[in-house]
Amino acid sequence: MLGFPDAMPLEGLVGGIMIGIASAIMLLGAGRIAGISGLLTRTAGMGSGGTPRKVAASFIVSLLVGALVVQLLSTGVVSRYPGAASLVVGGLLVGFGTRLGSGCTSGHGVCGMSRLSRRSLIATPVFIISGMITVAVMNFMGIGQ
Amino acid sequence: MNREIIGAIVSGLLFGAGLAVSGMADPIRVRGFLDILGSWDPTLVFVMGGAVLVMGLAWIVQGRMSEPLFRDQFSLPSKTDVDTPLIAGAILFGIGWGVAGLCPGPALIGLVLVPSSAVIFVLAMLAGMYIYQITMERK
Repeated sequence: MLGFPDAMPLEGLVGGIMIGIASAIMLLGAGRIAGISGLLTRTAGMGSGGTPRKVAASFIVSLLVGALVVQLLSTGVVSRYPGAASLVVGGLLVGFGTRLGSGCTSGHGVCGMSRLSRRSLIATPVFIISGMITVAVMNFMGIGQ
Repeated sequence: MNREIIGAIVSGLLFGAGLAVSGMADPIRVRGFLDILGSWDPTLVFVMGGAVLVMGLAWIVQGRMSEPLFRDQFSLPSKTDVDTPLIAGAILFGIGWGVAGLCPGPALIGLVLVPSSAVIFVLAMLAGMYIYQITMERK
């Protein structure tokens, strides 16, 4: 893409439309929000109320199968991971933060923003700006490369 | 198997495939989006834009439906107040997202793409969720 040599706008748009259709099936079919942090919470037997565990677990397991199918049918899905320290710190904060903030990129970013939910229209820019500041600070300090 | 579970399976399959196609399974690419002062990678804008566009239409359809297709009622968030937990949670989530380049969906599909690394993040994420459960959950 012009000016952004690493961008994959077409793959991004196609993948995004697939995610949108998937979320629409969850909304119009099951009558629920396709929020991954919430569905993972229920799958792990945490949280109260909300999506029944069987429904949540069916979604989460299918999520992995869907990615596996793409992996097997393609030349390989690129996934470049950071070291263990970043994974542990990042994982703890993502797990705690998504529960405290009632959602992640899918629940707030996709489902809530498109619903024009006031909470999601606030939460999404907050976690994006928070992530941008984090990356800028880490780069400045020369850590997490 | 009830129809709601079949709906969840179809949704999950398509969601996981979409994430894998979109480039969002790659933490370096996601951190590239967050790296506005460096070599910015706008791919995530296209992913979120495509998904929000489709879901915007879905919400219009939802507004005309009295019940979902596979169940007798909608179960949707009704909270509207912007409170401290929402903001604090979004800030903490954003820091974790920036540190690792992973949010819950891409991390979970990482279990089949790069299991040895993704399992570390997913276990830490579950631990973070559990710490919330035992310290913050009102019961």
